[in-house]
Amino acid sequence: MKFGQKMLVSAAVLIALVSVAGCKKKVAPVAPPPPAVAAPAPTAQITATPTSISSGDQVTLTWKTTDATSVSIDGLGDVPSSGVKTVTPTESTTYHLVAKGDGGSAEASARVTVNPPPAVAVPTNTMSEEEEFRANVQDIFYDYDTYDIRADAQATLSHDASYLASHPNIRVVIGGYCDERGSNEYNLALGQNRADAAKNALVTAGVAASRIRVISYGKEKPFCSESTEECWQQNRRAGFSIDR
Amino acid sequence: MKFRFQLFLPAFALLSALISLPAQAQDWVRTGSNLGSQPIRMASLDFKPVGGDAQTPALKATFDSTLFNDLRNAGIFDMVSKSFLPPGTPGSPQEINLSSYANEPVNASMAAFGALSASGGRLTVYGWLFDVHNQANPQVLGKQYNEAASMDMARTIAHRFADEIIARLGGGVNGIAETKIYFISTRSGSKEVWAMDYDGENQHQVTHLGTISISPRISPDGSRVAFASLGKEGWSIRMFSLDLNRMVSFPAGTAGGANQSPAWSSDGAKLAFSSSRSGDPEIWISDASGSGLHRVTAFRGPDVAPTWNPRTNAQIAWVSGRTGLPQIYVMDQDGANVQRMTDGGYAISPSWSPNGQFLTFSWNRKYGPGAPGGQDIYIMDIASKRWLQLTHDAGSNDFPSWAPDGRHIVFERQVGGRTQIWSMLADGTEQHQLTTTGSNFMPNWSWK
Repeated sequence: MKFGQKMLVSAAVLIALVSVAGCKKKVAPVAPPPPAVAAPAPTAQITATPTSISSGDQVTLTWKTTDATSVSIDGLGDVPSSGVKTVTPTESTTYHLVAKGDGGSAEASARVTVNPPPAVAVPTNTMSEEEEFRANVQDIFYDYDTYDIRADAQATLSHDASYLASHPNIRVVIGGYCDERGSNEYNLALGQNRADAAKNALVTAGVAASRIRVISYGKEKPFCSESTEECWQQNRRAGFSIDR
Repeated sequence: MKFRFQLFLPAFALLSALISLPAQAQDWVRTGSNLGSQPIRMASLDFKPVGGDAQTPALKATFDSTLFNDLRNAGIFDMVSKSFLPPGTPGSPQEINLSSYANEPVNASMAAFGALSASGGRLTVYGWLFDVHNQANPQVLGKQYNEAASMDMARTIAHRFADEIIARLGGGVNGIAETKIYFISTRSGSKEVWAMDYDGENQHQVTHLGTISISPRISPDGSRVAFASLGKEGWSIRMFSLDLNRMVSFPAGTAGGANQSPAWSSDGAKLAFSSSRSGDPEIWISDASGSGLHRVTAFRGPDVAPTWNPRTNAQIAWVSGRTGLPQIYVMDQDGANVQRMTDGGYAISPSWSPNGQFLTFSWNRKYGPGAPGGQDIYIMDIASKRWLQLTHDAGSNDFPSWAPDGRHIVFERQVGGRTQIWSMLADGTEQHQLTTTGSNFMPNWSWK
């Protein structure tokens, strides 16, 4: 309906124009055209520097034309008859220049090869299983000569447990560690109690007991060896690692 | 814990004041070990070299110094310094002038002397012990030895002769000159079982397992060492045969969890150890073969480091953390009649004396954050629970182990970052360092 109306209007305008033209006064008879002065044919040059880059690098395009009335480069549109422009192609590109003039047209092109970035550095899945485990399953620490789970360790353990719940294929070994004070034998037993306490907490939080292995290291494998409270605290821990 | 600790403090002070009276302390401590008897003044003479064998001087030097040291170390002699001795080296009863030893300045009661010769690859030693005040019938001992001519045998003969003298003059208690000490050393790069003579000589590696091994305990017959070793599945009790020079199986000690701190009964029939196989470290007992395994404790908390009463094999002392800090307890070997021995602090590593009367253990009586206590070796009379501190102001001391004579104790002492093995008399005197290379731990004195 609407379309039909538009067509009708267009037709009316056309008729009116034709009829106006038809009413124009007659002009003087046209002189024979002067002998044609042959317009020179345009010339065109384009260069790219450098011609081979890595992705993200810049290329300088330099072009020059003569006797052209319009100059365009594919992808860049109309450009001055000569000029310099910096481009940053992301893939290999042929810069195609067309110069048109009264005497014809000329073309030139410059090819830039873009090398893909080295297939390296950043793998797409950022962390290894080991790193991810370490980042998510954190050790817990104990007060001296005890193996009770501290309040601050409860939060850590529930985070540890939820990671393990979402990674059911990972098996865990819990090491029980003690500070340097006291005997090797007593600390081995204490370390066993610490590791077992951590295991029991994980089991309570829903991790299958069959996924967890426990080893006491007592004071045999300390994380540090200074006789300071800071170091002793570092060594009173249950340490988690992947059981391979 | 803190409250109880403070409560006990006045009791400690009173008790320690009582015990620190020297006369009283020495009186009770020396009972049974013969350390309290008046020391016998002993002249140990250089032996007379006989014959011209080129080996003789070196063998003689080794023999003379070993004999002197063994007698000095025995703890029952007042040794005459060799510079006090009259000139001359009597090599036989005919050559000795008794009065020159009986009189000032030597003033000896006894003289050990003799002759030594090497020939044809054999070492022959004649040794005598004379009562120098008994002109009529001075001979107490006369011994002859014939062994291969080596430094090792020169030492062995000196040990045997010293032990004869000690057995004769030491109230019937055998000497310890031929005993061994088993221990853990790091000097190979991993914690392995090592052995040495009682005086620190002849140190050599026993196991080559490349893991962490601890708590060596030699069997009463000297044929096997039980110890705890870390494997992939945790700690197990393992067994090394000194007769076969290889590992032998001990299946009772390999269940999951921590299995550690083995202890032989004195008849060699049973082994007590700590195992967490039931979910909590408890004391278990099995036959030496590994059968008949059963649990004897059942309390929450660590139970470790058992030691049998070697006199009866009817009781066990051990360490329990059931009330918090570890304490020494005693029970019957079936788990009945549990009795707490220490009244506070941090008490570990008991060893039961051969006569059944004493415990020695490591105790930090002022243990706690910021407390000034030191970890020292103590002995306790089991019947009265009276105790005596043997080490003072010297490093951190642990793992005391009685010698079979009941007069000596070997222990580890950590000073700075290094731990070494020391021996001493059971009254805390005559402390001698036995090891110097690497770090050395957990000594265990052989039974004979």
